[in-house]
Parts: sequence; C-alpha cells; structure tokens
Amino acid sequence: MYPISDPNQLTEIARQIRLDIVEMLYRSGSGHVGGSLSATDVLVALFFSHMHLDPGNPCYPDRDYFVLSKGHAAPVLYAILARLGFFPREELFTLRQFGSSLQGHPDPKCTPGVEVPTGSLGQGLSVANGLALALKINQRRHRVYALLGDGEIQEGQIWEAAMTASHYSLDNLTAILDRNRLQIDGRTKEVMSVEPLAAKWQAFGWHTAQVNGHSIPDILATLKECGEIKGRPSIIIAQTTKGKGVSIFEDQVRFHGVTPTTEEYELAVKELQSMSR
Amino acid sequence: MGALPETVQFPAKESTRVEYGRILAQLGEEYPDIVVLDADLSGSTGTTRFAKVFRDRFFNVGIAEQDMMGTAAGLALGGKVPFASTFAIFATGRAWEQIRQTIAYGNLNVKIVASHGGITVGEDGGSHQSIEDLALMRVLPNLVVLVPADGPETRAMVRWAATYQGPVYLRTSRIPFPVIHDDTYTFELGRSHILREGTDVTLAGIGLMVHQCLAAADLLAKQGMSARVLNLSCLKPLDWQLILDSARRTGGLVTAEEHSATGGLGSAVSEVLTEFYPVPQKRVGLRDTFGMSGKPDELLKHFGLTAEDISKAALAVMTRKSKN
Repeated sequence: MYPISDPNQLTEIARQIRLDIVEMLYRSGSGHVGGSLSATDVLVALFFSHMHLDPGNPCYPDRDYFVLSKGHAAPVLYAILARLGFFPREELFTLRQFGSSLQGHPDPKCTPGVEVPTGSLGQGLSVANGLALALKINQRRHRVYALLGDGEIQEGQIWEAAMTASHYSLDNLTAILDRNRLQIDGRTKEVMSVEPLAAKWQAFGWHTAQVNGHSIPDILATLKECGEIKGRPSIIIAQTTKGKGVSIFEDQVRFHGVTPTTEEYELAVKELQSMSR
Repeated sequence: MGALPETVQFPAKESTRVEYGRILAQLGEEYPDIVVLDADLSGSTGTTRFAKVFRDRFFNVGIAEQDMMGTAAGLALGGKVPFASTFAIFATGRAWEQIRQTIAYGNLNVKIVASHGGITVGEDGGSHQSIEDLALMRVLPNLVVLVPADGPETRAMVRWAATYQGPVYLRTSRIPFPVIHDDTYTFELGRSHILREGTDVTLAGIGLMVHQCLAAADLLAKQGMSARVLNLSCLKPLDWQLILDSARRTGGLVTAEEHSATGGLGSAVSEVLTEFYPVPQKRVGLRDTFGMSGKPDELLKHFGLTAEDISKAALAVMTRKSKN
C-alpha cells in the first residue's frame, strides 16, 4: 500500500485528513485547527510517500523518526497515524477527552506512532538531534524528521539545537519549518520578526530549501534533495497558509487555537467535500 | 575489609564528582550503550575521563543546558543510556522545563548527574550555589532523586543508575567528603540506612550533612544523649519505613541538608511525619536566603550548617518532645 507516489492520490488523502481534523476539533470543542491544516500537505507527503514506517509495528527498528516539535498540531499527526493504521480511525473522535489515547499534545505513552512528548515549544529539535546522533552511533541509514512552527523558532533553545545539529554534521536530519506567518497573538512579523529565515539557518551551517508547502510534488522533490545532502543538516522552509483548505479559516489569527462553531464547521465540511475528485 | 595503609589518614576523603567521573569511565567499558553529554563543564563535573576514552560517545553541546537535556532525551529514545552533566544550578534551573516536559513526562532513560550542589561551591558565590535543585527535582513524577554521601555510595548509585530504566537525578558536590562506606556497599532504590544507632533523637542528613550529623551525634554523646543517624541518600522515593521507625523509636527528628530548608529533605521528611506519625522536627538548611562567596567552612558556619547547629537543633527537638 505504501509508499504512495501518485500526487493526485496524496492530494486526495490530504483532503480526507483535513476533513478528519475539522471533525476531530469540532467534536472535541478545543484544539488547534489553523496550524494543523497548514502542515497537512507537508506531513501527508512525508508520511505517506517518504518515510519508512511500519504501522503494524510502531517500534520497527529500521523506521524513520518524526518529531512534532510544534506539538499543538497534534490533530494532523493523529489523523495521519490513524489513516496509516497505527490505531483505529474511530479513536480520532475521542481527542482531548478524559481517558482518550489522544492527548491534547503528543504523548508517546498513550498513542502508537508518536515518538516524542512535545507541546512546550522549542524543545523538539534538540530531541531530534539526539535521535540523529543515536542513529549515527549505531551506523544506521534511516533519518529523523522534525516539524517546527515559525512562531516556535522564537524560542532560544531552537538556536542552541541549530548549532548542535550543524556542529555534529547531522546530515541524517531534515527539519521542516511550517511558515504560516501567524502565531497566537498575531502575525509573526508583528509579534516577533523571524526573517530572514533562510539566511539565519544558513548562517548556522544548515542546508536550506524553500518550498510551496501545499504543493505535494514540490515537497516530495525537496525531501528527496535534502536526503542527499552530506555533512550538514537540512531545513525545508515550507511556505504555507494557516487554516489551508477551508476559506473561512485561511490566514485568520483567530483559528490558531479556537475551534469552529456549528455553522463554521458545516461550511468547512461542505467546502472540503466539494473538493473531492 | 583489610587494614588501611599507614600512609592514608583516617578518615580518607573522596570527591563525589571525581568518583562519578571514575565509575562512569569504567561503566563505559562495560556498557557500550552509555553515552555522555556535558555543557562545557566536563573538567568540573568529572566527565572528562569518559570523554578521553570514548570520544565518539561523548557530546559536548557547549554552554546550552536546555539543548543538552533535549539531546539526551533523543539519545535515550534512540536506545542509548545518556548521562548528562553540568552544575546543579544550571541543570535544574536553566533546564527545568526541558527535564519536566521531555525527560520526566516522557519517563525517558536519562541520567542527570549534576555537580556543585549546595553552598560548598564556595568562592563562586550565590549565583552558582544550588540551594533549590532537590526541591525542583523532587516535585517531578517519574524522576528518582539521589544524593550520595561519599565516594563508594556515588559509585554504587551510578552503577545502579546505568541499568535502571528511567530518569534519575543525582547530585554531587565540589568538595571531598570523608569515606564512610566500604566498597561492598550496594544501592537499593527506596532504601536508606542507619549509620549509627541511638534512642533520644534522630539526625537525618544527605550528602555532606550526613557527616555533620555523625559529628553532631558525637557532640550529643558527650552530653549523655544518644542520637540515631540516618543517611537518606535516596531522597525520592523516600524510605518512609525508616523515617517512621525512627520517629517511633526516638520521638523526634532533625533533618540536615546543604539546600534550602524549604522543599528538599526537610520538607520531604515533614510530609511523611505529618501524614503518618507527627513528632517534633527541626530542619537544618538555608532559611529563605541565597548563598554567597566564601570558603566552604565559613559558609557552613554562617548559614548554620555545622555539627554544633545540628546538635543544638537536636536539643530543641528533645525539649519539645518532653513537653508533649
């Protein structure tokens, strides 16, 4: 079944994942819709086409690792893991409920396929570095992927980790920056400027690539390119739209951490359903 | 145990941080999965020895404690047994949330061995004297908190930690302590020990203060009083049974720690006594104050952490006992 290389098929999966995200968040009544939808295409490409995983055996020793450093985007990760078969899809709709296997932020103790506890921003890249170091010591060829938020990189620890990855030549690490330009309090350029992004990461010794974060063929090509870089870590700056796929959510600060009303939910579902091929 | 060579003065002294470095290098031979991280203090924390022998299993992350804890977490997730070291103040203060969110919350197999605990750091002053690390670590679920009282106990604890599955915080000290255990000593989780029997009062210490408690017991003996002395080196999980047995047997306790009197050993013992068997207790520790520059002995005297201070606290406890 996997990997899937047909971009049309991946786009269709992304549409279904978006429907799952909207449904999960509407039912849970809390959670982060905007940053889940902005990262959907990148993560669908990564998980369904690029990474080595075995949903039947989450601890498969030769798997690639994924760290959701922007842990509040848990809904998109959960929806993807369910569709890959790590756990039954019905569980998605218990998100954030008492006793659920799907905690508000990723917790590997509860959810098959989740590798690292995240949620407090700025910490995931260091963990990804540690995983990449462990793989290097063991002379294994698989890779580590980490998804960072563009607001998240305001945390100082990200830049400590950026130095470490470069110092230890972690070419088995690909970070992806979800550049959706919004954070809770507003636009990143107004809250705390993060540009020039590529120049910053380059100055820290990273290979950088820019990509349209909603173009699945471009994402796949860039992931492949980064996998071939030797001697330094890579970061893909994925230009995205927060709330992508649902017009009323798109580029709206409000939909960082607020779930849709019934009316908004119905509009969202209608729009996503109408995109069906 | 054979007789000590004549050239060795009794009691011999060993530094817990140096002994950490020694045993770590030895464990490195025995356990190929052990890796070590430091944040630019490897000469002081004791990890240099390991770094020299196992160059590809030692990672200096530079002056970046938060990143060090996260990197250690990743190494643990990748199947390694990471030991991460820096000064106690930076390990637990600068990187508390990294320890909390990733290592403790994730119940990851990371061993944090932090040196320079307490005020006997000395001349560097209050900014570098960790008087709150035990309180900060003790509140974290999943984390084991250890404070060895001498070289043999350090070696036993580090050896134990290497095969224990789960996060551990271990505090070492800058200055050397007298050796009170022999090399047959082994560590058992949650188990603490009586170093000296007594019936009138219990003196319970950790780290350096264990030795001050032993000296205080000598002072009390000269005044005709008999003190039981405990080494509560396993601060979490605490040996409740031993504390309650001591409370029943002696009717009062003094706790002594090179740490704030709030939140560390004194508080931990109070919690047990209050809940199960209330008896008079006095806490010897820093009283809502930071440390300062000075020689370790000067500071111990200034902050009331000497054998005399402990024996005075013991007399106060015995007075309260008799009024009860």
